[in-house]
Amino acid sequence: MIRDTTIGAKLWATAIWVLVGFFVLNLLAMIATVILDSFATQWLRSWLPIAYTTKWYASAWDEFQLTQVLVVTFEIVFTVVILAGLFGVTAAYAMARRNFPGKRLVMLLFLLPLLVPPITYGIPMTTVLYQTGVGGTFWGVVIANLVPTVPFVILVMIPFVEQIDPKIEAAARVFGAGTFRLFIHVLLPMLLPGILAALLLVLVRTVAMFELTFLAAGPTSQTLVVVLYYSVFAAGVRAVQSIDAMAVIYMITTLIWLLIALRFVNPTQIVARVKQPTT
Amino acid sequence: MSDVASDRLGLRQRLSLRGLDGTTLLILPALLLLLAIFVYPFLYGLWLSFAPKAGGIFANYATFFGDPFQYDTIWTTLALAIPVTIISLVVAVPVALRVRLLKRQRLLTTILVLPVSLGTVLVAQGLLNYLGPQGWFSRVLMLLHLSGGPARLTHNYWGVFASLLITGFPFTFLLTLSYITGIDPALEQAAATHGANAWQRFRHVFMPLLVPGLAVAFLLSFVQSFAVFPSAVLLGAPAGPTRVISVAAYQAAFEQYDYSMASAIAMIMAAVQLVVVAIILGARALFYRGSTSGGKG
Repeated sequence: MIRDTTIGAKLWATAIWVLVGFFVLNLLAMIATVILDSFATQWLRSWLPIAYTTKWYASAWDEFQLTQVLVVTFEIVFTVVILAGLFGVTAAYAMARRNFPGKRLVMLLFLLPLLVPPITYGIPMTTVLYQTGVGGTFWGVVIANLVPTVPFVILVMIPFVEQIDPKIEAAARVFGAGTFRLFIHVLLPMLLPGILAALLLVLVRTVAMFELTFLAAGPTSQTLVVVLYYSVFAAGVRAVQSIDAMAVIYMITTLIWLLIALRFVNPTQIVARVKQPTT
Repeated sequence: MSDVASDRLGLRQRLSLRGLDGTTLLILPALLLLLAIFVYPFLYGLWLSFAPKAGGIFANYATFFGDPFQYDTIWTTLALAIPVTIISLVVAVPVALRVRLLKRQRLLTTILVLPVSLGTVLVAQGLLNYLGPQGWFSRVLMLLHLSGGPARLTHNYWGVFASLLITGFPFTFLLTLSYITGIDPALEQAAATHGANAWQRFRHVFMPLLVPGLAVAFLLSFVQSFAVFPSAVLLGAPAGPTRVISVAAYQAAFEQYDYSMASAIAMIMAAVQLVVVAIILGARALFYRGSTSGGKG
């Protein structure tokens, strides 16, 4: 590491840390506002709430029918995770092992849904979904969420497959393992860390995926984040604290999975592609 | 590449020599799925945009570009997305260069990944409280006598700007950090040994190696900001100053039920993004492209 000891370098470093500190401070204060407000009896014209209560959680839970919303959310999310895993891992295996004509084109197709923002392709997609009759249903939301998650799993899994020596598979074949046994006893155990990381990231992304779910969801297939949006959108009808209580519940559901995911991947890998298998 | 036994005959063997065998077919489920739920809807949307409710094939586009209320949404969106992207990137590079030297970056990166994974709806809701007239931010400004009355930071341009920055900066930063940590530190040390100062090391060693990565970071975060939707509605003024293009598309589809017009707006959105992508990739081609690792070769 190179150490600069000039005054300029020190000032520059200080300036950067002040900037980072300012950003992190605002970010944490924003989150703290939501949490504090959800416990406040009343919070107007003062630095801190006058008194604290937990009644908003009970009222938010009833008002927004959160039991049902959470059940729907996790049904959708786990269906997406399983389907994205099945489609993604098989395709990633083939992409990593074979070179075939048109591979670059296929790769481009797998990259596009990750590069184009959801709202751009979401509008034509929901048009098609509503015309075929799945729009507004459970499966409509699942299908919409598969568009970005299948390519995501593929891109995350390709490097994991590539680092497994093909000789190991060849050895299993020599000893008479069929494709199914090869997969269950050889590939799956070796790929498991990668699959786990990929699927946890899919889980976090799907819980937080607003645009596609919002466009494709009907009254009975809204996930937590969409219900949160509608309640903020119609703010004024309900107490702000009650909305904030729901926001806290949403934060907790996302953060639990995020914390689990972070045990397997780096924070940088959540936005960037997973380059190396975690060790 | 093909490790299939070569004792089979005919077509099968020839196909597998080109890499087409049973394993390759495993791509098909995912490929067909994406063709059905991504490519087909997109092409259908393109076709639908040329089949308006009334008028000739270009009627939707003519309506959009003939009505300032509609075509201004492009500028409104660009006026949000471009400054946010540039600020995020300009700040992210020096911060990432500094954070790279930290031994314990995990805490900082974990905090910064929060807004990305919580999503824009939660950030919008949080900022409504935090930046509101009675929120902490406004109170601190008044305490420091930086602002006379309560600052108006929500339901206008600045509310959306702040929300884009608070989700966009961490995204750009984490992306940049992953590029910067991929650069071999030996290259910088070599430059330092030859007497290059901090600015020269950045300008002549890091910059050229980073440009390709930064171009991608710029594109991804621009495209994200360009598609701003929930915060423009919740935290902005969706009827006026922050009527972004996705709001226009949403209103056409779900308030006027004119799917043809909505598809046309979505296509215009995609086209604007494509133009920016083309410009950035074109500019990137002017810079050095090569290995970011040190050593010989």
